[in-house]
Amino acid sequence: MLASAKDLLPIVIVISFFQLVVLQQPMPNYFEIITGLLMVVTGLTFFVFGLEKALFPLGESMANAFARKGSVFWLVMFAFFLGFGTTIAEPALIAVAAKAGEIAAKAGVIEQTAESIEQYAFGLRLTVALSVGFAIILGVIRILKGWPIQRVIIIGYIIVVIMTYFAPKEIIGIAYDSGGVTTSTITVPLVTALGVGLASAIKGRNPMLDGFGLIAFASLLPMIFVMAYGMIY
Amino acid sequence: MNYIADLFNTFIGTLVDVAPIVLILAVFQYGVLKKQVPALKVKAIGLFYVILGLSLFLLGLEKALFPLGELMASQLTAYEFIQASSNGAIDWTSYYWVYLFAFCIGFSTTIAEPSLLAVAIKANQVSGGVIGLWGLRLSVALGVAVGITIGVYRIVVGDPIHYYIITGYILVVIQTNFAPKHIIPLAYDSGGVTTSTVTVPLVAALGLGLASTIEGRSPLIDGFGLIAFASLCPIISVMAYAQTIEYISKKVNTGA
Repeated sequence: MLASAKDLLPIVIVISFFQLVVLQQPMPNYFEIITGLLMVVTGLTFFVFGLEKALFPLGESMANAFARKGSVFWLVMFAFFLGFGTTIAEPALIAVAAKAGEIAAKAGVIEQTAESIEQYAFGLRLTVALSVGFAIILGVIRILKGWPIQRVIIIGYIIVVIMTYFAPKEIIGIAYDSGGVTTSTITVPLVTALGVGLASAIKGRNPMLDGFGLIAFASLLPMIFVMAYGMIY
Repeated sequence: MNYIADLFNTFIGTLVDVAPIVLILAVFQYGVLKKQVPALKVKAIGLFYVILGLSLFLLGLEKALFPLGELMASQLTAYEFIQASSNGAIDWTSYYWVYLFAFCIGFSTTIAEPSLLAVAIKANQVSGGVIGLWGLRLSVALGVAVGITIGVYRIVVGDPIHYYIITGYILVVIQTNFAPKHIIPLAYDSGGVTTSTVTVPLVAALGLGLASTIEGRSPLIDGFGLIAFASLCPIISVMAYAQTIEYISKKVNTGA
């Protein structure tokens, strides 16, 4: 509880400083702010507690079971569905996709009707979710094979750079952002536990060197997929 | 009373978001692995805590910080405020309060980000305590702060985003060659985890506010891109953190 309060302190200081000193305005509704802050602190405490009790052990025990089962096919299927399933419903992604639909309509890429905007936004969501699914697969295969992560990531960067020159201008900002918004608060602990669990269960893999990196792929692949989506559409 | 109704609604919303994940886990656990979950009751309770915690967290942010933060972002980027804080002509230096705000808000929201906390806890366990909880979180937060400040500067001057991002990539590639090996996967990961529940809404408000007040910027096109900076810069700062630690320990070992 105390730790959570400490995590929140910087925001409170920043907001108060700018409100009182820079903008020189009084704090509105003290009561709302204080109850809100209490809720945030309690929420963070519950979250961390549940994290250690449920999300981490769950991800790790499943990773272990898959490693013992020895079926690469099912592991890859699991990786894909975990990535796809957690992304398709992600609220931040839904918001960004809706904005992207508006941009595309304004730029004349698609028709200015609600229907075509919605269609475009849904296609974009599907694209990002697919890309995260493939990203987790790629990350899992990397752990199995023991490839050094920097090689894969640098190849990814080169693809991003090349595609930037060919993708329509309107999509670039969204594509770059979509890498960041895909990974939600529940996905991150689960996926991290999956990676670390796999790397600890497989002989010759180091959890520190091989276990991390799944999130990195989940932030990189959406950029490539979204630019491709912009080029094809 | 109102709070309880709000909390209930947020709880249901979070539940709906989590439902597909639980479904996938259950299908694979029982359908493919064909095993019982060990200590199922503890995990169910833990999951309940996660959902409840997230709901409280989100609702609290919506009640307390987001309205104020978003209002602040729009006030700080308003034309009158910028004019009042500059003497004479408005150029990119007139936006100093905005840069400071971007830096501070990037730093402070990242410290409060639950997914970064999760990764820091895991990294601390896996590394056997070598990677400190606060060392990682502070360096990521610093990276986000710098990233968002650069992103805001880019919106003000109106440069194309990909020049900055490609420069960042080149830096990452060069640093990768020199940084201690064990930090590299974690550094790459930290780019993705920084931006979620707390950071995105406030940063988006800042970007959209700026892009709509500066002449010649389109909020739809220029308002995006801040998140991209917030995902790129932590990679650089986390590697720099590890490099600094290594440098210091080497110096101590050889110098003493």
